[in-house]
Amino acid sequence: MADDSAASPAPRAVASDARRGVPIIPILELALLAICAVLPFVLQDYLIVFATRVLILALLGLSFDLVWGYAGILSFGQALFFGTAGYVVALLARDLGITSIYIVLPASLLVGLVVSLALGGFLLLGRHPPTTIFVALGTLTGSYAADRLARGWYYLGGQNGIPSIPLMTAGGYEFVEGPAYYYLAFATLLLVYLLCRFLVRSQFGLALAGMREQEARVAFFGYKVQRLKAIVFSLAGAIAGLAGGLYTFHEGFVWPNMLGVVLSTQIVLYALFGGVGTLIGAVIGVIAIETVSFWLADNYQQVWPIILGLLLLLVILFRPGGLIGLLVSERERVGRFGRPPGTPSRATKGSGHGAP
Amino acid sequence: MALLEARGISKLYARLTALSGVDLTVAENEFHGLIGPNGSGKSTLMKCVAGAEMPTEGTIRFAGRDITDAPPAERARAGLSLKFQITSVLPALTVYDNVLLALQAKNPLSTLILSGTRGELHERVLDILDQFRLAGRAEEAAAALSHGQQQWLEIAMALAPEPRLLLLDEPTAGMSLEERRVTGELLIPIKRRCSIIIVEHDLDFIRDICDVLTVLDQGSVLESGTVEHVQSSRKVQEVYLTRV
Repeated sequence: MADDSAASPAPRAVASDARRGVPIIPILELALLAICAVLPFVLQDYLIVFATRVLILALLGLSFDLVWGYAGILSFGQALFFGTAGYVVALLARDLGITSIYIVLPASLLVGLVVSLALGGFLLLGRHPPTTIFVALGTLTGSYAADRLARGWYYLGGQNGIPSIPLMTAGGYEFVEGPAYYYLAFATLLLVYLLCRFLVRSQFGLALAGMREQEARVAFFGYKVQRLKAIVFSLAGAIAGLAGGLYTFHEGFVWPNMLGVVLSTQIVLYALFGGVGTLIGAVIGVIAIETVSFWLADNYQQVWPIILGLLLLLVILFRPGGLIGLLVSERERVGRFGRPPGTPSRATKGSGHGAP
Repeated sequence: MALLEARGISKLYARLTALSGVDLTVAENEFHGLIGPNGSGKSTLMKCVAGAEMPTEGTIRFAGRDITDAPPAERARAGLSLKFQITSVLPALTVYDNVLLALQAKNPLSTLILSGTRGELHERVLDILDQFRLAGRAEEAAAALSHGQQQWLEIAMALAPEPRLLLLDEPTAGMSLEERRVTGELLIPIKRRCSIIIVEHDLDFIRDICDVLTVLDQGSVLESGTVEHVQSSRKVQEVYLTRV
């Protein structure tokens, strides 16, 4: 038997080599990078503002993709970290007059980290591994509770939130919405993206990939599965927090919706629409839906929610891989982790199958 | 001193007594066969040792420490490794990455995040793949392997972290005669390095490679001892003649 197995893989190997020849994900990444880099030169001012908002939301999409697409944690609470960080930096600016980018952005990141660490520790690090639905409901509840809390809290501005937040500053420079803010958001997104990409392609990423496929199995190798999850969850929380800080100073105000279930769910749907587990898919999902809704809302005011809803339903029901699943094979999506770059494989050497 | 000492292991499911008062002792570098009719509790006993199930009663000591309540990851870190009855390689990952995943499991997180041992483990992964005749398929998804090769890959993964005790639950299930023979050959060189508990239906297979056999029947130990001793036992013959 060992002999015929040596004969059979040949055509399969050729096929997979052919597919390997055209890696789709890097092409998409570079294309998007190029488009985003030149966008402010071709867009009108009000569209640059819109595009900035979309890039910031793409950060939130990225954070969801990390938790669900890579760590298998279904989080309906990413807005909780986004909004909490937003409120904290809004208060820093309003009450303490702190608007320096060197303080507010790290602060928003830290708030996201701390809140997600606390929630993640509670939800994920119990005596027994939690079920997906437990975590989904736990995060959903967190998001909902924070929304209600903010609505009822006078100090936080209640329903109306906190308006007229001063501009973010760097030395004497003030970040107004427009090209400068756009590039700030773009640079942040790029940096975070590269960081995530490094992480999910590392040996740590391999552990996550194994965990996603067979959680129980990898625990028997000695992986502390829940701890891995909690780490990714906090990292994603930090990213969501950073996005919240950027968003708050971009819009100039915060309001309870930034914490709530609607935004949390939107991000889930956007990322699923784009396709999870590739990073780029989530970014594309956010950009695609935001752009389509922007355009539809302008041109077809009455029917756009219906069209959007149908579009989402169709993709999520019939294309579980999302948009990215149309272009990228499962093999490419999972990818490789092990072979250090540049090392030749010893494939040919081991061809003595079933020798004895 | 024995490597593994399970004392008085009982496992009750709602109304079913899967194990009652089972003792099992495995010495260093011993190949221990666990046999018995279907439903005799072999797999349950393995799961209790591995940490997949918690025994209702009894204690398990491994390498001098009590692991009765330890979670699977902790047992793995203490040097216990296993291959499940149902093949559970990670189908979407490459064969190479499957082995690397097993090899790097005990690395600290910071090392994993920085991919600190990727280069260093590369040769070891290739050696293991060579040893298990999988080197030619390193870059393919594990799902593309034949059933027998997946079983070998799993044994390779279970051995990769150099465990002190390996639990093999039906390593040759569903294999052709030739594959069984090769599996036996693959296991022989391991003998110097670790102890093994094998659950197996194929008595010829188990007779060839095991030092000690334990026969379970209806959740209790029917007989235990050297292969010759067990083979000549009347109790064992009765069970096997009447019920297998």
